[in-house]
Amino acid sequence: MKLPIFLDNHSTTPMDPRVLETMLPYFVEKFGNAASRNHAFGWAAEEAVENARKQIAKLIKADPKEIVFTSGATESDNLAIKGVLEMYREKGDHIITSSTEHRAVLDTVKSLEGRGKATATYLSVDKFGMVNPEDVRNAITEKTVLISIMLANNEIGTINPVKEIGKIAKEKGVLFHCDATQGVGKIPVDVQDMGIDLMSFTSHKMYGPKGVGALYVRKKNPRVRIVAQMDGGGHERGMRSGTLPVPLIVGFGKACELCEQEMSKDTARLIAMRDRLEASIMKALEESYLNGHPTNRLPGNLNISFAYVEGESLLMGMKDIALSSGSACTSATLEPSYVLRALGVGTELAHSSIRFGLGRFNTNDEIDYTIKKVIEIVTKLREMSPLYEMAKEGVDLKSVQWAAH
Amino acid sequence: MAYSDKVVDHFNNPRNMGSFKKDEEGVGTGMVGAPECGDVMKLQIKVQNDTIIDAKFKTFGCGSAIASSSLATEWLKGKTIEEAQKIKNTDIVQELNLPPVKIHCSVLAEDAIKAALADYQKKSDGVLTDAK
Repeated sequence: MKLPIFLDNHSTTPMDPRVLETMLPYFVEKFGNAASRNHAFGWAAEEAVENARKQIAKLIKADPKEIVFTSGATESDNLAIKGVLEMYREKGDHIITSSTEHRAVLDTVKSLEGRGKATATYLSVDKFGMVNPEDVRNAITEKTVLISIMLANNEIGTINPVKEIGKIAKEKGVLFHCDATQGVGKIPVDVQDMGIDLMSFTSHKMYGPKGVGALYVRKKNPRVRIVAQMDGGGHERGMRSGTLPVPLIVGFGKACELCEQEMSKDTARLIAMRDRLEASIMKALEESYLNGHPTNRLPGNLNISFAYVEGESLLMGMKDIALSSGSACTSATLEPSYVLRALGVGTELAHSSIRFGLGRFNTNDEIDYTIKKVIEIVTKLREMSPLYEMAKEGVDLKSVQWAAH
Repeated sequence: MAYSDKVVDHFNNPRNMGSFKKDEEGVGTGMVGAPECGDVMKLQIKVQNDTIIDAKFKTFGCGSAIASSSLATEWLKGKTIEEAQKIKNTDIVQELNLPPVKIHCSVLAEDAIKAALADYQKKSDGVLTDAK
């Protein structure tokens, strides 16, 4: 076993060596511009791009023509939301989203709101982080042009009832955008069955290269139209100008193909390792709380709050394991995780959360090591924690008058 | 974020971690911070003849908060009450090489020192400390 161990597969994933292998010819040898229509270099590039488009479309049960390449999920979210709001502004300016969306969605919506270009409803979620489809239905007004709800949450892994939301969207004639960044390649996605009109996803979360993503844009029933946010040579059927990064796209395609072929095998492995990690930690450490849905969540996700210890210090104590925390000290905003807060997790427990993100290349040995380390460090830091000491003495921490600073 | 070697050292080998009995003679206790802010420090001193002969801490917080309180206990030992009053958060920042986002950890440590000293003085002045 090699240290450090990577258990942060929600942030990014290592590239599969098989993906790299398919990319390599497209840097030096087959370097053509896919938009060059008049020579062999361009044709070779175009063929490679169209083959990748097929592989990607197949994974999500779409038509290849419905795939628009972007630089990643953030751009896809921006293009979908801004593109739809701008295109359908005569119909209305209302968008429905949820409080636990990724910031690529939330900040895009807020930016439109701030410029007077949209009005928004932010749906709350239940204690497991799930959106209630009936809340979506009730929030729809005559002015609603877009529903944007994520497939699976990046912190807690909770999977939303997307199919039910898609059904309501169709019934009400409102477009449905789904940020599926964490879900595609990990769980089965079928844009037809789920009634999704636009969907964002990215290559680097599924063992492909960074710097390329896609927006699925439905072509039939209904034909979705968006206003391009990048002007130029009219690539991607006019929806996203810019020369296509052929090697990245080839890698993205291969990554999708591998995910499709290996999903059931990967899922079974990941769930077995994740459940063992969860059970061993929970059994050894009292007052550890699972965040997110107990069953309906991504196979590789585990998010736990360890009462009385602070997240950043936990990460510091496990230097040779790459993890993430909802603690304020690890965030750019110095606020604890807004996702955990939206679930109703108390601020102090949000500070104490650790996200484990398991992926294709993690091994059972790594999980064993992690279990041992987590138990060690939580025990050590609890010994050091005045809160743990007080709780052991029977002090109700909620009744203490703290000097907030 | 990279931590300074000194922060890492205090975090891995905390000095004087633990507790005195609050009602023990000569003991002053300071508890500052709040769980919802992500850091709580408990700092205790044991005083004899106006000199701090021992100090202990327990901290809930990030690595820098733990290191700041660990360092504070090291500095307090052997100092007189008057000398201890002069420990400034900026001294801690300098010693541990804390980045700007972690300065509040040092402020908290200074507050904890002040609170422990005040508690000791209140007790030694014979004022009843029963909380109402």
